[in-house]
Amino acid sequence: MQKIFLSSFCVAALFMAAANAETVFVTLEKDNAIAIVDPAEGKLIKTVPVGQRPRGIAVSLDGKQIYVATSDDDTIKVLDSETLKEIGNLPSGEDPETFAISPDGKLMYVSNEDDNEVTVIDIAAKKAVQKIKVGVEPEGIAVSPDNKWVISASETTNMLHWIDTKTGKIVENTLVDPRPRAANFTADSQQLWATSEMAGTVIVMDSASKQIVQTIKLQVQAVNDELIQPVGVVIDKDRHYAYVAMGPANRVAVINAQNYHVEKYLLVGQRVWNLAFSPDQKRLYTTNGVSNDISIIDLTEHKVTKSLAVGRYPWGVAVKP
Amino acid sequence: MRVLHYWRAMMGIVGREVLRFLHQRERFISALVRPLVWLFVFAAGFRAALGIAISPPYETYILYEVYITPGLLGMILLFNGMQSSLSMVYDREMGSMRMLMVCPLPRWFLLCSKLIAGTAVGVLQSYAFLGIAWLYDIQAPLMGYVWILPALVLVGMMLGALGLLLSSFIKQLENFAGVMNFVIFPLFFMSTALYPLWKIKESSQILYTLAQYNPFSQAVELIRFALYEQFNQEALIFTASAFLLFMSAAIVGYNPSKGMMVKKGGSGG
Repeated sequence: MQKIFLSSFCVAALFMAAANAETVFVTLEKDNAIAIVDPAEGKLIKTVPVGQRPRGIAVSLDGKQIYVATSDDDTIKVLDSETLKEIGNLPSGEDPETFAISPDGKLMYVSNEDDNEVTVIDIAAKKAVQKIKVGVEPEGIAVSPDNKWVISASETTNMLHWIDTKTGKIVENTLVDPRPRAANFTADSQQLWATSEMAGTVIVMDSASKQIVQTIKLQVQAVNDELIQPVGVVIDKDRHYAYVAMGPANRVAVINAQNYHVEKYLLVGQRVWNLAFSPDQKRLYTTNGVSNDISIIDLTEHKVTKSLAVGRYPWGVAVKP
Repeated sequence: MRVLHYWRAMMGIVGREVLRFLHQRERFISALVRPLVWLFVFAAGFRAALGIAISPPYETYILYEVYITPGLLGMILLFNGMQSSLSMVYDREMGSMRMLMVCPLPRWFLLCSKLIAGTAVGVLQSYAFLGIAWLYDIQAPLMGYVWILPALVLVGMMLGALGLLLSSFIKQLENFAGVMNFVIFPLFFMSTALYPLWKIKESSQILYTLAQYNPFSQAVELIRFALYEQFNQEALIFTASAFLLFMSAAIVGYNPSKGMMVKKGGSGG
């Protein structure tokens, strides 16, 4: 009986969640478009053309604008988040793939893979204010929530570059496992988590000492080690769990962020690369590039509730409250 | 008083069957071992076997273990249905069926009671299996475990009726093994228990058609949808019709004056 009550409570909670639902935006690398998804309904609302080869995507702090890195247009497009009309461009430099926004929402840091540099853009002025030379093939980029550090991960140099936001200079390089792809700070800025695609590992660093405190090897029973290629990593605000997208292993690793044990591997679509939390952090959205869908993960139960077709080669994902 | 007679007879038959089941601990364990071997050994090798298509009632990617679970519930009920019919043949040989048949109640009622008794055992086994599967991280929504009960009962009755029908053809226990092989294996393998229809269609159109109209497929789909709190009307109609058909045929088959035993020249229990 108690279980029945419990599940009817869950149903009620589901309806409540539907009442204050967010919107999910997904870039479709091959369709040159972004998909707009209502996650509460589990429905694709529409697809809007955006530019050549859209990849990285983010919503501005105030939720009014969406930034989309259209790699083959060599620019970052600014869209109105309501009308989805283009309202401007940011000078990103060549082939922008991923970018990060400073916590105050004023600056954007863009990885320029071909030029081996990071472009710093003043968003309001729509101007590139600095170019910082980093290692070969920079990709993953993150700004610490306390606005002290920008991390650029260079895939070929196998390094994480610690850039001081005040001076715009690299103050430290950390050699990590082969092909670092993505990095993210914990909400308290005390730790940096980064993934190494070729090694199948996740490293955890202490921001103060810039030392590696833990290397987590990801392994899935019955899945070939070569397929375990971690990319996106996000950590919840209480630092209870970190979630890692595992590429062609088609799984998301659920890692206990306190003791660094992998608690679960959740099966999602094929070649999962990027992840985004819902604003209340009760759900996680994944982009599955090869199976052309996104998966929705319930984080209270750590269960995949739905996978939803969105279009060809979903790459980046961002959520508007 | 008459209703009381019916009740007493039914309770006697169901009680005998459930008691027999509970006292035979080996039978309980062996009934669970079969699907568990399929789950832990067979399914483990095919973890990612279903490829990329998502078919209802599933809304996301699932491991093969998850897919095969409703099929294994069907397997439990199928074997159980056959086994309780096997016990009819045994009863006939041992003479206890004679006692049952001299009971002054209609034959259809006695057969139905026998069927309910067998189904009760099958449902118990199914829930025990689901409990172990839960610990193995194959977890359906909680309400699914309530929804599944009527589905399990109907499927159990349908497969039990099929067993009864078959047992009416069989004179001796030894003959039963052959029928089991000719019935159980084709039913099980030519169904959606192991692979979804779209997967079967990829290999053979004939197999696809056979699997689609196999009552066991429909039974498995009924269980599968119920486990995920969904109602599959087509599967329900198909399973219920199959039950009525098998049951009527079994009742005719067990009629001493018209049934199969007369044709075969047997004693008819």
